[in-house]
This record gives sequence, structure tokens and C-alpha cells, in this order.
Amino acid sequence: MLSVDALEVAYGGIRALKGVALEVGRGEIVALLGNNGAGKTTTLKTISGLLRPRRGAIALEGESLVGVPPHRIVLKGIAHVPEGRRIFNRLSVRENLMMGAYPRHDAAAIAGDLDRVLVLFPRLGERIAQVAGTLSGGEQQMLAIARALMLGPRLLLLDEPSMGLAPVLVEQIFETIVDINRQGTTILLVEQNAAMALAIAHRGYVLETGSVVLTDTAAGLSDNADVRRAYLGE
Amino acid sequence: MDLPLLVGIFPQVFLDGLILGFMYALIALGYTMVYGVLEFINFAHSEIFIVGAFVGVEILLGMRAAGWLEALPWPLVLLLILVAGMAGAGLLAVSVERIAYRPLRGAPRLIPLISAIGVSFFLQDLIRLVESIWRNAFNLVYPTMDALNHRFELTETIDVSVKSLVVIAAALAMLWALHALVNRTKIGTAIRAVAEDQAAASLMGIDVNRIISLTFLIGGAMGGAAGVLFGVQYGLINPYSGFIPGLKAFTAAVLGGIGNIPGAMIGGVVLGLLEAFAASYLSLLTGGAFGAEYKDIFAFSVLILILIFRPKGLLGEIVRERA
Repeated sequence: MLSVDALEVAYGGIRALKGVALEVGRGEIVALLGNNGAGKTTTLKTISGLLRPRRGAIALEGESLVGVPPHRIVLKGIAHVPEGRRIFNRLSVRENLMMGAYPRHDAAAIAGDLDRVLVLFPRLGERIAQVAGTLSGGEQQMLAIARALMLGPRLLLLDEPSMGLAPVLVEQIFETIVDINRQGTTILLVEQNAAMALAIAHRGYVLETGSVVLTDTAAGLSDNADVRRAYLGE
Repeated sequence: MDLPLLVGIFPQVFLDGLILGFMYALIALGYTMVYGVLEFINFAHSEIFIVGAFVGVEILLGMRAAGWLEALPWPLVLLLILVAGMAGAGLLAVSVERIAYRPLRGAPRLIPLISAIGVSFFLQDLIRLVESIWRNAFNLVYPTMDALNHRFELTETIDVSVKSLVVIAAALAMLWALHALVNRTKIGTAIRAVAEDQAAASLMGIDVNRIISLTFLIGGAMGGAAGVLFGVQYGLINPYSGFIPGLKAFTAAVLGGIGNIPGAMIGGVVLGLLEAFAASYLSLLTGGAFGAEYKDIFAFSVLILILIFRPKGLLGEIVRERA
């Protein structure tokens, strides 16, 4: 579905990605693992068009995304839940969700999707008229994911959905991610919490200082001695 | 002190202040909306306002020359110049952003500010040049319409002209329409989303540049409407008469909390009222020691006091809050 090849991205003179290549197949959950600064967030931002690559290819179903501005990439069915959630604090929960459906004009289908995300995240239903800035951290993360789902995306890019959340909430969010995937959305997941990510992913890539150093099935990575030492805390 | 006089003129002064205040409010919206999305003060907005006034006067003069001014019903004429003034000023504001601000989007903050000051001077002299060639004069007087100048005498000391009522009604309608647009429509929600976080808005599929253009269009149109109402109300305009009302409207926007749309409306009305009351009451209350010419000093002193106690403005809690 998504293929990234020889991707190079630089901030000023500093090369953040040095030839990243990865594939995401339809229906998969693919985890992108690595330490801070390995280039995980940069990879997602480049796929969604927030950053322009210096070199390399990004294609969705064979169609190139390089040089396409972010608001057009959204139209192709890629929704990005950015690092730090980036919900609109001053808008209500409902307005945030409606912004997620901004490019769509099918009112009936949008209403249907609103019902669907409120079933996934009942807490948001209780707070639908509240200003989003007043939500708790966990609720804000739910809102960020729900907002992205309002696009009805083919591919969902998730950046650190566990960040800053209590373990019980993290578990809840990850269960929901599995649900979303079962309902047909392909997911590329960036996560510091490697154990959680590998527990729900089909496959994974390990990034180190801007390059892919390892790729395998989630089970394979969980069994890999280097991964266990570096990312699973053994 | 003449108490009955002080009380007697109160409604009249209040009305004058309201008219002035609504005008400031309409202009202030242009400053505050642009600041909301770009965190940038569009110093050329005072000229966009006065261009609205010039579009209005040109159409009126043209209609008078053609003999239509008497033939057509006045509400229609007024609607026509209002719409034309809004369109002219709105499109000018969009063009200014494209030409003078957008290429500087990534530059340090002072650079677009200087560009805006340049545009301001450029537009002043451009209007002067065009009008000098076209009419051989750049001080223009709004043609009067008899029906608009009709006054109702309410009491001995208070009378209201049709014109004043029309200006108030038009300003209120415009403020209401803008409020509804920004708060109750999808495109208005998108404007607020872009104001809060441009990158996140683009990830929603919002074309940020289009929303910025739209913001300039709406802010410019409100300024243009204020320009037409200014001309209708006060009569005489010249290419430089946008500057002071523009500066005061900018102050009104800061008073209300820059970036905050209801704040600009309230700030404008408060400043207009302060100025009108100072103009009429200062001399009466101080026994002539301070005359009406001190109105700005009084109004701005009050303003400074308010800002000392509420530095973010009356409605401003609008500093970027980011989780």
C-alpha cells in the first residue's frame, strides 16, 4: 500500500534520515521502533507532507507523494496523528472531530462516522460540547485519534499514542488501535514503548540514527537479542 | 456644573459614541483576524479601510453625474456602495497579502511589518495619484442623499438622523454576520483551527494558504464596509484619513485582546464611547480647562489603565496554549 524508498531528509545541514526504506501492506499494523532522534517522527512527517525529502520516493498504491502539500495528501486517504496530539484546544470536541472530516462533503456518511468514533471512544461523547483544551491527557489522545478517523482514512499514521499516559490508559488506547485495524484501516505506528507496539503489530522496523537497521515480523523482533537488549529493557 | 445639561446630552453623546465605536469595531476586525492567523499586524489595513470609502464615493459621484442618485431608492444605493466598497477593499487586502506578505512568510517578524508600513504609504499615494489624475482633487465629499439627512427630533436636546440609524444597523448586521460565519460554519471553524495550529490544520486537509487569503478577504471587506459608512456618516475623505481611525481601531483590537474577534467588537465600541464622552464632557466637567481636543488623551489614558490591569485585553486569554 505504502512504499518508502531511499528517503533522505535534512533539517538545515543535519541529515535526519539517511535512506530509509519501508513497506506497509494493506491491512497491516507496522511498528516503527527506535530511540529519540532515530528519525521516527521525521519519517511520518515526511510521508504526510509536513517535511520535504531531499531525496527518495514515497508512494501510496504506486502514486508518488513527494512534493505534494499535506492538505492534498490527506485527500488520498492518509491521516496523521502527530506527536503531541496537536488537537485544537480552543475548539469544542465536536468541532475538532468535524475538522477531521474537513475534506468530505457527504453529510450522512460523516454523521455515521461520528457515531462510529463515539462508540470507539465513549468518553468523547460525554464531552462532545466541551472545549478540547479542558480534556485530560488521555482524552486528548483519544480525540486526536478520533479526529484522524473522521477522515475515513485508508492509512493511519500514529506518532507516540502512549506518550504521557498512565499504563492503564495506554492499554486501552492500544486495544482501540487493534479494533480500528480490524475494521479495515492500515496503520503505521511510531512508538517508544516497544513492548506495547510489538504486542499489536504484524511487522516492525528498527530505526537507528536515520537508517533502518533491522526489519522482521513482530514475533521475530520480540525474539531478537539485540532488540530485547536495546528496546525491551533486558 | 450644569447637571440638567450633562444628563440631557447623554443619549446624544451615547449615540455618537456608538456610531464611532461600531466603525472602530468593523476596522478592528481586520487587524484582529489577520493577527489571529499570522500573528502579524497588518499596518496597511488603515488604507484598505479608506479604499473602501473611495470606492463608495466614486460610485456615488458617478451615479450623481448620470442622474441615478435621485432616481434610485436610497436603500438600494446604499446597499450597492456598501457591497462595492466591501468587494474592492476585500480584494485589495487579498492582493496585498499575496504580493507583499506571503513571500515573506518565513522571514523574521519585523520584515513583514516593514513591508506592511511600506504598503500603507504606497496605497496612500496611489489613491492620491489616481484621484488627482481622474478628478483633479483628492479631498472628496460624499454626495448627500436627502432622505439620509432627515432627522427625527426625539426631545429638545436629542435628534437622530436616518443616516446614523442606518450606519448603526449596517454595522450591527455586519458584526452579527461575521460572528455567525466564524462560529457556526465549517469554513469559520477552519479559520479558528488555522489560527490555533497551522500544521495540524493542514493535516486535516485544510488548505492553509486559502484560509489565510479568506481571512484577508473578510477582514478587508469589513474594513471596506467601515470605510463606506465612515464616508456616509462624516462626508469628507482624503487618502490620508484612514490613518488615525486605523490606528485607533488597532488600539481597540489590542484593548479587546488581539486575535479575539468578539474582543475587537467590544474594544471598538468601548473606545468609541470613551472618545465621544471625552469630547462632550471634558470641557463641561472641568469648567473649560480641558476642551474636546483632549479627547484622545483621555481615551488613551483610560486605555492604558485598562491594559495595566488586564495586559491581554478585555477578552484576551488568547496566548498560545499548547498541551
